[in-house]
Amino acid sequence: MRFSGFNLFAQALQDHKGWPEQWPDKAPKAEYDAIIVGAGGHGLGAAYYLASKYGIRNVAVIEKGWLGGGNTGRNTTIIRSNYLYDESAHLYDHAVKLWDGLSQELNYNVMYSKRGVLMLAHNVHDVQSAKRHIHANRLNGVDNEWLSAEECQAYCPPLDISPTARHPVLGGALQRRGGTARHDSVAWGYARGAAALGVDIIQNCAVTGIRRGPDGAVQGVETERGFIASKKIGVSAAGSTSVVMQMAGLDFPLESYPLQALVSEPVKPIFPCVVMSNSVHAYISQSDKGELVIGAGTDQYVSYSQRGAFHIIEHTLAAICEIFPIFSRMRMLRTWGGIVDVTPDRSPILGKTPVPGLYVNCGWGTGGFKATPGAGDLLAHTIAHDAPHKINAPFNLDRFRTGRFIDEAAAAAVAH
Amino acid sequence: MLLIHCPYCEEDRPEVEFVNGGQAHIARPADPSSESDADWEKYLYIRRNPRGRHHERWRHIHGCGRFFNAVRDTVSDRFETTYKAGEPAK
Ligand SMILES: Cc1cc2nc3c(=O)[nH]c(=O)nc-3n(C[C@H](O)[C@H](O)[C@H](O)COP(=O)(O)OP(=O)(O)OC[C@H]3O[C@@H](n4cnc5c(N)ncnc54)[C@H](O)[C@@H]3O)c2cc1C
Ligand SMILES: [Zn+2]
Repeated sequence: MRFSGFNLFAQALQDHKGWPEQWPDKAPKAEYDAIIVGAGGHGLGAAYYLASKYGIRNVAVIEKGWLGGGNTGRNTTIIRSNYLYDESAHLYDHAVKLWDGLSQELNYNVMYSKRGVLMLAHNVHDVQSAKRHIHANRLNGVDNEWLSAEECQAYCPPLDISPTARHPVLGGALQRRGGTARHDSVAWGYARGAAALGVDIIQNCAVTGIRRGPDGAVQGVETERGFIASKKIGVSAAGSTSVVMQMAGLDFPLESYPLQALVSEPVKPIFPCVVMSNSVHAYISQSDKGELVIGAGTDQYVSYSQRGAFHIIEHTLAAICEIFPIFSRMRMLRTWGGIVDVTPDRSPILGKTPVPGLYVNCGWGTGGFKATPGAGDLLAHTIAHDAPHKINAPFNLDRFRTGRFIDEAAAAAVAH
Repeated sequence: MLLIHCPYCEEDRPEVEFVNGGQAHIARPADPSSESDADWEKYLYIRRNPRGRHHERWRHIHGCGRFFNAVRDTVSDRFETTYKAGEPAK
């Protein structure tokens, strides 16, 4: 059933008891044309585009927990595409273009809000780096503009721009098309859209092995609910990618770290945009519910614990209170952590692997939510054609051997 | 915050006194110029990233300043042991 004003009204007349389930809970079939491991936004997006755009509908998405319960449901939802290198600008802007119109395409409100992402500069190095990004972005057709300190404050009134501030604001780079979206809705919208096209979504079913034939090619996956055959397997397991890849005998250039976020008690609208400060490591926006959504940094050690240390949060809140003194008496409601898979150059790996029939989408680290529609589309393309799209071709696994890095780590120091 | 036992200071100290040095027991190539690109990739970038028992390096940077090794479970974050640099993997 479509979501529409008419159906909302018709359902209201029957106490909303007639809405059908949005995606059925499926038992696995014996064989699929393609299997996606991991029902995060990326994996569900890949399944949706395989079915809607690339004509492969006999697809299963296999998830060890519940769909959207990984980093998709744990992130601070910042969307932007103002990355330095050409390859990254194309990759992330491909996604931002898909965010436009996604609610209409899925008939599901993903609440993409172009409220603008303002990245603050606190010192001369920040200013130079921001301006370099702005120029590079413009050459790639990605919007990004420089604001003076006064313009930053006009755009974001709670900002403290006094010269005596602990972290003085010298200006900022603003991407107006940047913003936020509702994380759960993205997973739910893709799940509903994919299920309607015949994709099976199988939850509470961890993949425990990847079976390979004598020729080395994949034959299917072992799961908690038995063997499921498929000649094409796309792994989109974020923080658990190394573990899944080892099932196929592959060691990956990844390390998994806890990354935390937190929200405050809900308050009336006070914060109109997204503000990021890379040099003091703080990210903040306000959700439509009214909570301040704050992103913290990663812990320093490899972990799969899905929680992080308190001193990391303390550090972030100290920075937030310095930059926005108005929030110093705000109470925090919840903190949580996700496990992010980080590559040596902080750019994702999206493409084929040395194992025939095995494809991977990983390494999005601290900043892959913004790429959800794009990563889904490109993973689907790569699986359907057994070859990458030209946008994701540079993000191959080989670059760690050839040295052709896409070094956003050096360019930005962090990626969100 | 983790409590980490420094095998040199022989004390349990808070994590903020330490920096993590990544995976332990990665041997530097003995003859760098004869290494293939694949060997370099393995040495520089491929990591075990295990879910479970993990050998890692720590440095007691705000203490004695020394590097040492640890075995930690990456699911519970619990340390099994820490031991001095140069000792064989536990
Ligand atoms: C606190 C935090 C804040 C963040 N903030 C931002 C931000 O502001 N902007 C941004 O762009 N990005 C942000 N990110 C990063 C972003 O969340 C991720 O890059 C993105 O959501 C990854 O999506 P995914 O679908 O690949 O992964 P996930 O949503 O993690 O999905 C992977 C799925 O694979 C499943 N899985 C794993 N192993 C198996 C197995 N063996 N069998 C079956 N299933 C398995 C997991 O259960 C999980 O559901 C943040 C991340 C965190 C943790
Ligand atoms: Zn010590």
